[in-house]
Amino acid sequence: MKILVLISNVPDTTTKIRFTGDNKSFDTNGVQWIINPWDELALTRAMELKEAGAFETITVANVGTQITESTLRKALAVGADEAIRVDAVPQDAFFVASQLAKVAEGYDVILAGIEASDYNGAGVGGMLAELLGINSVSAVSGLEIENGALKVHRDIDGGSQVLSVPTPVVLIVQKGIAIEPRIPAMRGIMMARKKPLNVIAPVDAESKTEFLGFELPAPKAACKMVEEDNAKELIRLLHEEAKVL
Amino acid sequence: MSVLVYTENWDGKFKKLSYEMVSLASAIAKQMGITVTALSIGHVADDELKSLGKYGANKVLNVQDNRFESLDNKALADAVAKAASKEGAKVIILAHNNEGKAIAPRVSVKLNAGLVSGVIGTPLSVNPFVVRKKVFTQKAFANIQIKSDIRVLTFAQNSFEIVENNVDTAVEVYDPQIADGEFNTKVLDTHKITGKVLLSDAEIVVSGGRGMKGPENWGGLEELGELLGAGMACSRPVSDEGWRSHEEHVGQTGKMIAPNLYLAFGISGAIQHLGGVSSSKVIVAVNKDPEAPIFEAADYGIVGDAFKVIPQLIEAVKEMKTA
Ligand SMILES: Cc1cc2nc3c(=O)[nH]c(=O)nc-3n(C[C@H](O)[C@H](O)[C@H](O)COP(=O)(O)OP(=O)(O)OC[C@H]3O[C@@H](n4cnc5c(N)ncnc54)[C@H](O)[C@@H]3O)c2cc1C
Ligand SMILES: Nc1ncnc2c1ncn2[C@@H]1O[C@H](COP(=O)(O)O)[C@@H](O)[C@H]1O
Repeated sequence: MKILVLISNVPDTTTKIRFTGDNKSFDTNGVQWIINPWDELALTRAMELKEAGAFETITVANVGTQITESTLRKALAVGADEAIRVDAVPQDAFFVASQLAKVAEGYDVILAGIEASDYNGAGVGGMLAELLGINSVSAVSGLEIENGALKVHRDIDGGSQVLSVPTPVVLIVQKGIAIEPRIPAMRGIMMARKKPLNVIAPVDAESKTEFLGFELPAPKAACKMVEEDNAKELIRLLHEEAKVL
Repeated sequence: MSVLVYTENWDGKFKKLSYEMVSLASAIAKQMGITVTALSIGHVADDELKSLGKYGANKVLNVQDNRFESLDNKALADAVAKAASKEGAKVIILAHNNEGKAIAPRVSVKLNAGLVSGVIGTPLSVNPFVVRKKVFTQKAFANIQIKSDIRVLTFAQNSFEIVENNVDTAVEVYDPQIADGEFNTKVLDTHKITGKVLLSDAEIVVSGGRGMKGPENWGGLEELGELLGAGMACSRPVSDEGWRSHEEHVGQTGKMIAPNLYLAFGISGAIQHLGGVSSSKVIVAVNKDPEAPIFEAADYGIVGDAFKVIPQLIEAVKEMKTA
């Protein structure tokens, strides 16, 4: 079986979000880039399954400019065996999925994150499955593979399910797919330098959406403080002033 | 031409979310001068289907086909896309929940439509078609133009008020004729959460963090939650430690919620935590550290010991209820 893990390159989760002068684009100055947290967990689970014998190699893929290479190197250092970078500015989910559709053919299991923590698009995984004409399962919180058969745990609204699903399939993963992300060890970092990172040219694809501008939320009014021994006053405020009780 | 809204049902009933979505669809349809068609899949009684007319659905497509019970993403997307084509839909609205998020991207590819997920409120304009959503995990807003002629949106729960807008509704039985071969996922086991207020539905949420010290200390929070009819939540370390179920974990890597009232006890307010809760209308924080960042996000706060404050709150709520 062959597995492909999609890797989105996003700002570190503690990044202070700023936009350039006219609020037209995200200010990348001084930003630390990381593997999207869901993709990191997907990669972790892929490694556990590889160690259990389900896969021989793990491939990771990203659509991005050269900026994303350190993130891909990190994925290799964590334990992926080879990386593919489609050399393009990711314009929108459809554009990215169209690029990945060329890369993803021939893989049995494709793991995508439920959303990228930058633009929260929640689109690429499902679009990719549709473009490939294969099944997808979303909100996946667990994956087991036995003798080539997939057992997939997923959340539904108001509960959870265990499914069996044929391959090839795109699994769109979330919390639970793995518990703690693996972090690269020194040895991994050394080895990553020698692993293949193939850069390929993009295909023609259109984008269907366009960011017009960004806005930061209005500063919040100061928090209204109530004394520790006066919880009753808090309830009164919530009832009469905020009207939420 | 129409706005198609995919109204999910839960055991044959619609929820507030369904009515919010139909209200939004109706507002968009007005902006565009077109009608609203709701799509319902599963066993829903005629009266319940007709109730969608109260919020502006001119037509309801009623799909009754047990095969959809497996929630196969591919087959569901096919059904939604077929209904959209039949209705000449210019805008398709799904919920930004597990089911909607799973099928919306597939629907968008089928219809050659642009997708924006997690849309809040009505479009800023319909020509060009510009919608608003939160990005960077609740830290900013973005205005996004959808350039295609058909647009797919997933709607962020609690971001649009229900509006009553009675219209005559025609219920039409509809069979999208999906071949058996399209249904490929087989359900081995289903676990439904019962007897509890679902976190995603809750208007009030009571949440505890590491400041609660251990799982044995949740009794007070649960009592408060029960009094308020609240859903229960927790910070990530609390679920990682196994003090509470993973289903309660909120934040960037947990659930995203947007209740009317979020009460946080012993939670420091890390940026990743706030990413999942900052859309709440009102946030209350109880923390013994006056410097805790949660107070910057909160509307009301008490600097103090949660273990002293919780019993007082319980008493005060009881008093309020009997008053
Ligand atoms: C990639 C990434 C993703 C993450 N995702 C999430 C996420 O989704 N959700 C999440 O919650 N976290 C997430 N985190 C973790 C986050 O950074 C914080 O570590 C976490 O939110 C802290 O949890 P806490 O507030 O319960 O605990 P702490 O930070 O330890 O805070 C405990 C608080 O309790 C207060 N306290 C102690 N005793 C009392 C008392 N008796 N009465 C009142 N107050 C008291 C203390 O003053 C303190 O402020 C993530 C981190 C990373 C790196
Ligand atoms: N530029 C990209 N390159 C590779 N994978 C991506 C890219 N963007 C998104 N993905 C994948 O799609 C998931 C969802 O991203 P999104 O649809 O952008 O929210 C991510 O978690 C990744 O697995």
